[in-house]
Amino acid sequence: MEERAILDIRDLHVWFHVYEGVSRVLDGVSLYVRGGEHVGLVGETGCGKTVAMKTAMGILRSPPALFPQGQVLLAGRDVLKAAPIELLRMKGKTISMIFQDPLTALNPVFTVGQQIIDVIRFGHRWIRDDGALTKTKVRGIAMEALTSVQLPDPRRILSLYPLELSGGMRQRVLIAMALVNRPRLLIADEPGSALDVTIQAQILSLLKSLVKEAGIAVLLITHDLGVVRETVERVYIMYAGRVVEEGPTVEIFDDPKHPYTQGLLSSVPRLTGEALAEGIPGTLSDYTEAPSGCRFHPRCPQAMEKCAQQKPPMVKVSTKQHVACYLYHGGGG
Amino acid sequence: MSEPVLKVENLVKYFPVRSGLLHKIVAHVKAVDKVSFDVQKGEIFGLIGESGSGKSTVAKTIVQIYNPTSGMIYFNGQNLSKLTKQTIGRFRREVQMVFQDPKSSLNPRRSVMSILEDPLIIHGIGKSRVERKRIIHTLLGQVEMSSRYMYKYPSALSGGERQRIAIARALAVNPSFLVLDEPTSALDVSVQAKLINLFLRLKKELALSYLFITHNLSLVRTIAARAGVMYLGKIYELGTMEMLFGHPVHPYTKTLIAATPVVSKEEERVKPREMSKEGEIPSPVNPPGGCAFHPRCSVAESRCSQELPSPVKVGPGHLVWCHRAEELAARAEELVALTQINGESRRTQPGGRVNT
Repeated sequence: MEERAILDIRDLHVWFHVYEGVSRVLDGVSLYVRGGEHVGLVGETGCGKTVAMKTAMGILRSPPALFPQGQVLLAGRDVLKAAPIELLRMKGKTISMIFQDPLTALNPVFTVGQQIIDVIRFGHRWIRDDGALTKTKVRGIAMEALTSVQLPDPRRILSLYPLELSGGMRQRVLIAMALVNRPRLLIADEPGSALDVTIQAQILSLLKSLVKEAGIAVLLITHDLGVVRETVERVYIMYAGRVVEEGPTVEIFDDPKHPYTQGLLSSVPRLTGEALAEGIPGTLSDYTEAPSGCRFHPRCPQAMEKCAQQKPPMVKVSTKQHVACYLYHGGGG
Repeated sequence: MSEPVLKVENLVKYFPVRSGLLHKIVAHVKAVDKVSFDVQKGEIFGLIGESGSGKSTVAKTIVQIYNPTSGMIYFNGQNLSKLTKQTIGRFRREVQMVFQDPKSSLNPRRSVMSILEDPLIIHGIGKSRVERKRIIHTLLGQVEMSSRYMYKYPSALSGGERQRIAIARALAVNPSFLVLDEPTSALDVSVQAKLINLFLRLKKELALSYLFITHNLSLVRTIAARAGVMYLGKIYELGTMEMLFGHPVHPYTKTLIAATPVVSKEEERVKPREMSKEGEIPSPVNPPGGCAFHPRCSVAESRCSQELPSPVKVGPGHLVWCHRAEELAARAEELVALTQINGESRRTQPGGRVNT
């Protein structure tokens, strides 16, 4: 699988020096995304999903971040060791990104056209070395991109400022920008959470059809379990800087194994209206004094002695599902 | 039926849009346009809607942050527009509000103690500081927080803890009615679950009634008894949970339910298949004429763009504002019947008519 993976994060540790000491934010995260595959990274606020994503994009500066261990391979090359200019080319060729808030991701003082044309020019200069493009050609590509995201009257939209567009339209513009240089991997960070549910559904189905058509792999980062279930094939559940469970979306949602995943799923209100579980006891502990062993053990209803002592390694619980929990080591231990 | 705690009748709230040198009023934002509903004692009534639907304006008008443009609000039979300076204090003790974002609704420069002491001082509860401190101690207990939080500042608290303080502040004056405006939407689901259970416990212990405002359909389904679905300042469907989710009639309600991302197969079965995929939410300054949903509606006719639909009763306590309500309701029944004959409940409507 490593061969075909576009993004392959191996045992990544990320630390930050803070006033209280060393904050061990990522503690051995491994994940991969194969070509054309749609993967979800799920976790609650503060679980480290954004840090993982920023590291993968090579936009986390060191210092303050420290990378004591681990690799981030983008199309086979290590992002953490690449020189800045090399990183730029690597990224341009393979990754692009959609952010949560389409208003802050677009520059308010430039028109949509100026911003999308910048991206296209950058792509041609740095990625494909096609040389200079004529103005009309660039505009043509931009219009085509806006048409592909089903924006009406692309010629007019090119001359509008982001503030003149609605939230849904802005998100469509961002999708157009993210896909215009034909990346191999799209990282989508909460792409619909700033939108209303009917608009979110439109955006997600548009995104799904576009990436499927172009064979682009997707890493969807979100806290919304429903969105994950309806969008991706495989999912990673993160808790406190570690991946606690990984597997096909269907299996994880139908039969969650890790006590954290179980607690998380039972906290989601249902359309069928059954009473809500009590949530997960306790709160996420501080990363400077993260719990020993399994980081979830102080909140885990099924914690054993062993859980506080040693970090549980990932074990296979079915053909494709893996979980980092001692309950599944050697017949329930 | 007994007298409702809260009764809202034809509530209208327009905000003027001013422009030009003289700040002339050029248009109105029709935030709330003839909304009527009531909340029974001990009930949780939900208002569902997307942004711009006017649900928060309804909330703020009820707690008298805004004055209604027209329409009546009755609380325990008393007309709120007739409140005087003397009686408004008592009303404010009865009705309290919890806002969406606890970060901005709590003053960052004041400690928990001082935040909670304020309403006590304003309403003259607790004669001495010692007595007030004792009350605050109980309040923190009610929201399941330890007293050691008393001297902390909001910045030292997590989102869930902050919202608990905001709830404690609302409870300080011993209200009987809480207006909850998206109280958990800024929080993670595991924290949300804890707060929702806290709301349910408090309701029982303190005999409260809630108006619960949210955009989260699954959440409303889980906690409310009845709800109204709002779109561009109007309620388009109103009924019990079984009605709204089991037999939704208005195309907008169906669209909303169908668009909600869900986490299980059982929920998939609840989702209607037909939904409108097209269009965005229009501006409330200049909403479409007739039924405001008609440009996005898949079953709209010519009269939908001209005439305002009047409420149609399609079941006990189930009102739908749609020209084709009867027809759509009948079709839904047919489908239910069909699926029952075929012995599979996988179609649009889940099997079985509920308590009629």
